[in-house]
Amino acid sequence: MTPVSLAPSIVARPAGPPSFLTATFEVARRVLRKFVRTPGLWAMAVVQSALFLFSFRYVFGGAIHTGASAYVDFLVPGYVATLVLFAGGGTAVAVAEDRAQGFTDRLLSLPISRHAIATGRILADFVTTTWAIAGTVAFGFLIGFRLHGAGGAVHGLAGLALCLLYGLVFTAVFAVIGLVARNAQAAQGMSMIAFVLAFFSSTYVPVASMPGWLQPFAKYQPITPMVDAVRSLLVSSTSDLVLALVWSGAILLVFTPLAALLYRRG
Amino acid sequence: MTTSSAALIEARGLTVRFGTITALDGLDLSAPAGQVLAVLGPNGAGKTTLVRTIATLVQPTSGDLCVLGHHVADQASQVRFDIGLAGQFAAVEPTMTGRENLEMTARLFGHGRRAAAAAAQAVINQLDLGEVAERRCSTYSGGQKRRLDLGASLVGAPRLLLLDEPTTGLDPMSRREVWDAVRRLVAGGTDVLLTTHYLDEANELADQVVIIDHGRAVASGTLADLKASVGRDVIDMAVVDPDAATAAARVLEDVTSTPARIDGVNRRISAVCSGGPTQLAATITRLDQTRIAVEEIGLRRPTLDEVFATLTASSTSSNASDSALQPAGLAATSTTRSTSAISSSGRIARP
Repeated sequence: MTPVSLAPSIVARPAGPPSFLTATFEVARRVLRKFVRTPGLWAMAVVQSALFLFSFRYVFGGAIHTGASAYVDFLVPGYVATLVLFAGGGTAVAVAEDRAQGFTDRLLSLPISRHAIATGRILADFVTTTWAIAGTVAFGFLIGFRLHGAGGAVHGLAGLALCLLYGLVFTAVFAVIGLVARNAQAAQGMSMIAFVLAFFSSTYVPVASMPGWLQPFAKYQPITPMVDAVRSLLVSSTSDLVLALVWSGAILLVFTPLAALLYRRG
Repeated sequence: MTTSSAALIEARGLTVRFGTITALDGLDLSAPAGQVLAVLGPNGAGKTTLVRTIATLVQPTSGDLCVLGHHVADQASQVRFDIGLAGQFAAVEPTMTGRENLEMTARLFGHGRRAAAAAAQAVINQLDLGEVAERRCSTYSGGQKRRLDLGASLVGAPRLLLLDEPTTGLDPMSRREVWDAVRRLVAGGTDVLLTTHYLDEANELADQVVIIDHGRAVASGTLADLKASVGRDVIDMAVVDPDAATAAARVLEDVTSTPARIDGVNRRISAVCSGGPTQLAATITRLDQTRIAVEEIGLRRPTLDEVFATLTASSTSSNASDSALQPAGLAATSTTRSTSAISSSGRIARP
């Protein structure tokens, strides 16, 4: 065999850097390929959230009083709305691992926008979160959740869309956590904090059942209005989305550029 | 686009600090295009920081760095379009096949779909990855991963390839594979800057070497220049009785006035000397007088290890510009001499 001599003669030089869309797509496609090709990732995403939902429904559920409505109808909307707080830790860990293993360096050395690197990662992980949400919604119906809202299926879909929006919003937050943490263990640990935030909210129990000194925090932190908005669409006759949408927009507008900025810092 | 006459690397007082740590400390370096440049230095010398600064992953704290005519500080995207980086870790996605990794990177370099496929195929041929191209990278050996990583840095046909310790952690077989791959690239006309702490790697691949230590360029030139400058000669001997090694070393140090190195296992003692045959004769006489039996003794050219040790030692004790070599950079006289040597002898001038 004769050694092939080539390089620039055979590999042509590209005319110029790729567009933002192409770069974002390629960055996202790699993340999704990894997800689809790693059964541990896609299977666990659903199994883990189903197990937690199962535990809340049948272990804690009996001890929690939610007034007139059944606990399962109180729990499932909140659980699905905050699912990303469980699942998003994977984003933080993956972002930190990419940095530690040199993959991020490769991306940063390529002629692509830092925003494309951040956006591609966030969009791809939003898709994986959507997968987990879809599986969990199905499981929620299986364990007895039913729509009781005045708006019926239309409001049901609107509530689901809101859950997906939160998925996108917090994926951006977890990407930032992964970039700040710089190693997988730290990223995992810091992600737990976001997850705990869900406990100090109206997700699993009514805020009114908490001690008085805790109630102001639980009431005004962003998770509670976000959960309440979904719950109002699915199981009640009134709906109040403004605060939830404002929080979502604000978090997204801060954290997506912040992720790009942190990538730039290298 | 830049003109082809732009220098590969032009650094002026390049300083990079991370908090209180100074990784690059006013580094000056001027390397012409059209060559393989090896950056040598001990661990912590600043080699990786230099590569990361060239690759625009790290911003200079002060000073100026030009890569093929573009400033890293304010023309980072042009620099990125000109370089390919293969870092210390194989930056490939393990769940994707070799071909998928190459096509992805080609797209990110700016190739269209068809051109990306063609570039991937060309690199697969060139780096001899045909047999494993359709397999997921998680099944690759260390050497195959590095070659793929090297390939990924090439699909955009960069003008400058940056290799940061390309063979660290590889077994001897895999090192050879990577070296062969780099040689083929160089033969195809790609400029290469590689860092290494293996002197034999520089010997195998590089036209020019820069030695850095404590974040500064301590010396630079062709390998022959470097060996010659430190180099003078080395008196090298093996004693019959291992117990006599220390006494023999003392004799050698007396004669040469330089520190002797003792290799206890092989009973070898060596020291750099300035006097050549005269000092060799003096050493033999003194050994004879003190009745130290010698198995063999002779003069030889210094190895790169000895060059390296001498240069980095002198940089800590004295100003770099006092070194026998030219300080900092291949600029001025060295540049003209070495570029003419390269162009007349082809791209890879190697015995």
